[in-house]
Amino acid sequence: MQVPAHFEYERATSVDHAIVLLSRWGSEARVVAGGHSLIPMMKLRLARPEALIDINDLAELSYVRLAAGELQIGAMTRHAELLASPVVGEHYPIFQDAERVIADPIVRNRGTVGGSLCQADPSEDLSAAFSAVDATAVIQGPDGSRTVPVREFHVGPYETVVGPAELLTEIRVPVRPGGGSAYEKVERRVGDWAVAAAGAALWLDGDTVADVGIGLTAVGAEHFHAPEAEAALRGKAATEENFAEAGRLAAAHCRPHADQRGPVDYKRHLAGELTIRALRRAAARARGQGA
Amino acid sequence: MQVTVTVNGVEYTGDVDTRLLLVHFLRDQLGLTGTHWGCDTSNCGVCTVWLDGTPVKSCTVLAVMAHGHEVRTVEGLERDGVLDPVQQGFVQCHGLQCGFCTPGMMLTARWLLDHNPDPSAAEIRAAISGQSCRCTGYENIVRAIRWAAEHPAAESTPAEEVAAP
Amino acid sequence: MTERSEVISQHSPPMGFGRMHRKEDARFIRGRGTYVDDVRLPGMLHGAVLRSPFAHARIVSVDTRAADAHPKVKAVLTGQTLAGLNLAWMPTLSYDTQAVLATDKVRFQGQEVAFVVAEDRYAARDALELIDVEYEPLPAVVDARRATEPDAPVIRDDKEGTTDNHIFDWSAGDKARTDAVFADAEVVVEQDVLYPRVHPAPLETCGAVADFDKVTGKLTIWCNTQAPHAHRTVYALVAGLPEHKIRVISPDVGGGFGNKVPIYPGYVCAIVGSIVTGKPVKWLEDRSENLMSTGFARDYHMHGEVAATRDGRIRAVRVKVIADHGAFNGTAQPTKYPAGFFHVFSGSYDLEAAHCEVTGVYTNKAPGGVAYACSFRVTEAAYLIERLVDVLAYELKLDPAELRMRNLLRPEQFPYPSPTGWEYDSGDYPRALRLALDMAGYEKLREEQAAQRERWAAGERSGTLMGIGLSFFTEAVGAGPRKHMDILGLGMADGAELRVHPTGKAVLRISVQSQGQGHETTYAQIVAEELGISPDDIEVVHGDTDQTPFGLGTYGSRSTPVSGAATAVVARKVRERARLVAGAMLEVSPDDLQWEKGRWFVRGDPGSGRTIQEIALAAHGNLELPEGVEGHLDATTVYNPPNLTFPFGAYVCVADVDPGTGQVKVRRFVAVDDCGVRINPMIVEGQVHGGLADGIGMALMQVIAFDEDGNCLGGSFMDYLLPTSVECPSWELGETVTPSPHHPIGAKGVGESATVGSPAAVVNAVLDALKPFGVRHADMPLTPAAVWRAAQGRPLRTDLAIT
Repeated sequence: MQVPAHFEYERATSVDHAIVLLSRWGSEARVVAGGHSLIPMMKLRLARPEALIDINDLAELSYVRLAAGELQIGAMTRHAELLASPVVGEHYPIFQDAERVIADPIVRNRGTVGGSLCQADPSEDLSAAFSAVDATAVIQGPDGSRTVPVREFHVGPYETVVGPAELLTEIRVPVRPGGGSAYEKVERRVGDWAVAAAGAALWLDGDTVADVGIGLTAVGAEHFHAPEAEAALRGKAATEENFAEAGRLAAAHCRPHADQRGPVDYKRHLAGELTIRALRRAAARARGQGA
Repeated sequence: MQVTVTVNGVEYTGDVDTRLLLVHFLRDQLGLTGTHWGCDTSNCGVCTVWLDGTPVKSCTVLAVMAHGHEVRTVEGLERDGVLDPVQQGFVQCHGLQCGFCTPGMMLTARWLLDHNPDPSAAEIRAAISGQSCRCTGYENIVRAIRWAAEHPAAESTPAEEVAAP
Repeated sequence: MTERSEVISQHSPPMGFGRMHRKEDARFIRGRGTYVDDVRLPGMLHGAVLRSPFAHARIVSVDTRAADAHPKVKAVLTGQTLAGLNLAWMPTLSYDTQAVLATDKVRFQGQEVAFVVAEDRYAARDALELIDVEYEPLPAVVDARRATEPDAPVIRDDKEGTTDNHIFDWSAGDKARTDAVFADAEVVVEQDVLYPRVHPAPLETCGAVADFDKVTGKLTIWCNTQAPHAHRTVYALVAGLPEHKIRVISPDVGGGFGNKVPIYPGYVCAIVGSIVTGKPVKWLEDRSENLMSTGFARDYHMHGEVAATRDGRIRAVRVKVIADHGAFNGTAQPTKYPAGFFHVFSGSYDLEAAHCEVTGVYTNKAPGGVAYACSFRVTEAAYLIERLVDVLAYELKLDPAELRMRNLLRPEQFPYPSPTGWEYDSGDYPRALRLALDMAGYEKLREEQAAQRERWAAGERSGTLMGIGLSFFTEAVGAGPRKHMDILGLGMADGAELRVHPTGKAVLRISVQSQGQGHETTYAQIVAEELGISPDDIEVVHGDTDQTPFGLGTYGSRSTPVSGAATAVVARKVRERARLVAGAMLEVSPDDLQWEKGRWFVRGDPGSGRTIQEIALAAHGNLELPEGVEGHLDATTVYNPPNLTFPFGAYVCVADVDPGTGQVKVRRFVAVDDCGVRINPMIVEGQVHGGLADGIGMALMQVIAFDEDGNCLGGSFMDYLLPTSVECPSWELGETVTPSPHHPIGAKGVGESATVGSPAAVVNAVLDALKPFGVRHADMPLTPAAVWRAAQGRPLRTDLAIT
């Protein structure tokens, strides 16, 4: 088995302490939470930080709660915890759909929500799910706390707006009545990265789509979502025909690359097909019919 | 760096390189070779151990991260000379062939049964879906875990009865 | 099939064949197995291999000075170092040569270039980065179909007089007769069929601990090899060490599947490292090394043709194959058969004629080809014929089960001389197929499918499409008669030695080496069956060449057919010796004695008798033995099989395909196997379960693909996907038993049957599901992308990079 190169190791005892450590080391340091993105990269020597700041002791960042009309998820929440959370299941099943197909049960015991978002892998599932629901990221730094919409969180592949001395601490999702959400993923095998995936969240007013968010994974969609498809569907009736149109727009919008998971035409097809399926299921859930 | 890790209920203190992986700490420094390694990318799961009561892939945890925490390995499945029902189930149902994935499978099985004492075959398959086996085609692993569910600790047999003579 | 387990009482194991728990489990369930990485010797050092990032490149220079200067590094070997010892190249099992460490060029991505020996594995890994190699990249050959084009770069320019990438041509069958049948056939169906490169990927990677003792001159090498004696003899020939001073110990092996048959450069480097440093040297490869450089499997580019009558009688099969052997010809198969037993491609059918031509070529990829339970290319052959039969069914619009039933060999035709030179030993094929179909509920499944297809035709597009796929296979295993079958000149006969101790317990020493097949239990059961000594009282010794007789090892499902036979024969020799001793004990002529399991007694007087335990004690005692009868109770034998054995099976796979995404879910898998007499049915079933999972893996997700620069795209478990518990259904097994007439206990071997038979069943099922799209064929692996593309009429080529 491959093994990492040498590095220094520090354990943060609080969020403030973590930020102090990060400020001291600067861009030579990486935060390690679950470690299931970073440590494999370090073993393959694709990542060689000079220092690791271990934030696993930051229990204050591990929570899932409903407060002030929003779902608040601490960045250190493990994937397994998000999957098992009843409050998440009740308000935003999109996250449980997504978590069920992220990595495998053992990895989910360790990997964190914050870690996945900050890793910013273009094939990472939670990014699209949080984009679909238009979540907000809370970032803390030496000068205090700031918020960034998740739709502006990612700068590019493996790059986010979190600065070298900053820490993602929480993700907030507003809770509104009349909503339903779902995530649909195609993978070559359980636990694999997505060939493509789509997440949808919509709010119905009668049979009209009052609001909608469509997230796309692994197909090169900027900020992991499909704004044209959303705009076209917003205010329209929640029908198969309109979902199909949204799917067409989502497929046209994305820019997939060919790789061993599939060629471009197939991925583009999936972007459309999975958008339709996610919308369908989200609508059924919004109507109280779905599973 | 000095670390103190409680493994199978015993506290160990040792000096480790910060980059030492937990699986190597267990195998090479503590001589507990029942935990195996099989890949470079955290996929195969043969390195699975418990960390603070939860299965993790020990090839993707640093030994320093385990400092102050508790680890359980396959060597700690047996209690006071009595094999765990999971271990007995694997023997009863031919749940192992080469034995390489077996420690990890059994530890995940033990955790599953502690949280879900009567799992369906589908739940069992989902629980072990992060761990590869190349020999058994999984069928007898599922049966072994069902056997353990149906024969919980109260009915277990002393270890020497499942030993080679 | 049931979720409930069957409880086997361990308190009284069967006195012979039957279900019994495995004796070896006691250590594995406690985490007390001894695999090579568990071996720790005093002063042991660690080796690591530096590998080429290029698929094809000239080596301009190798600078090891920085690595040499690392405080924890004890030695650094390069191709130059080894060239000085005449060890830079070593022979392969196919009479080719393979570089141990590259000297002039590198010829595949991942090829070994240097070897460091350091105090610990982390330092060894660090030291690799300190070696500076300058390469001059060359164009790479990755497509076997193009390897022999006139402008293809020549890979093996190290071999004098080599001007192209051609390795061999081989053929079998009657060409003239086959061509004649094709010429006048009513229907001829042709299809290109790829069996892509895959890898056995045992969970334990390959490795060794080499310990050369310079005082005694003895080399002890712990190595997870499937063929310890063959390794020992090859090391003696290659390294110039006398064979009696080499000891190979194969301890517990975490899966072999053919991957652990060859001798790898890392082992040779570890040996040299130990000689140079005077310390034991451990080398265990990591997973990417395993996938990128060790014995891969398949990579057969096949063009098959079937000649038939319009009403579905299959008359002849004709095949041309391009076999991609990688950069060195390192396949392991009997000398006379460079394409292994591929000529069993005529399958299970009654044909008038068959002919194949196989051309082996070099490419800039890792060496290998024979591995992964292929039974020496039987997987390729079985897959081809079973795909062709389905393609024929498609063209003739016949039911694939009906087409097979019409053409299967009949029991009265056995022993059957196949059109390519085999003599199939025994079989009742229609019975096995009928059983599989009944277990599957075949007619009902077709009804369900028909209703589904009607709805589809009427425009209903939601939901999945089901497919039913069949596979009927005949294997040829148990190599083999030494006159015809040798590897590197070593005849494929196996020795066995049995000794009964004074107190009636026994030790059996065999040459085969288990990697999970349960030999410590099943071989004890064979002795128990013959002698009436409990399996619990029989110690099976294997894996250590100092303690076991010579043999060719475990692969190609040969253990039961050859060493199992040897064990039965040696136990019978012991029984006959026991008869002579019993005669002396009872003061009767040995001819007056009759055997019932566990004792000899005087015919007609069952009350008089001596148990095998009593006989053993007497044989060691002061009993006067007749002239010519030696004391003690032991025997040895070398078993030279008279023929191969021919296990067979009928498989039915039911799959549901999502046409909108291309995803496949295997709903059910029914497998009826006939491996002759079953020593331990529990173990047989386990072997079948494992092979069926292989079928799902290869049919749906496993492939080692390459891009045009020769970059290996399957170098980790993120890319080389193995099936999990979720993709595998609960296997439904059935059995028929037609004993092998020439095997002492009628057993045939089963280790690879399911791997051989299952891929076609899964592929046939998926393609059957896609019938409404007019798909006649698509290549494995049928990933969602491949399925979707096939349905669109634009199939993917699966062994190259997707662009």
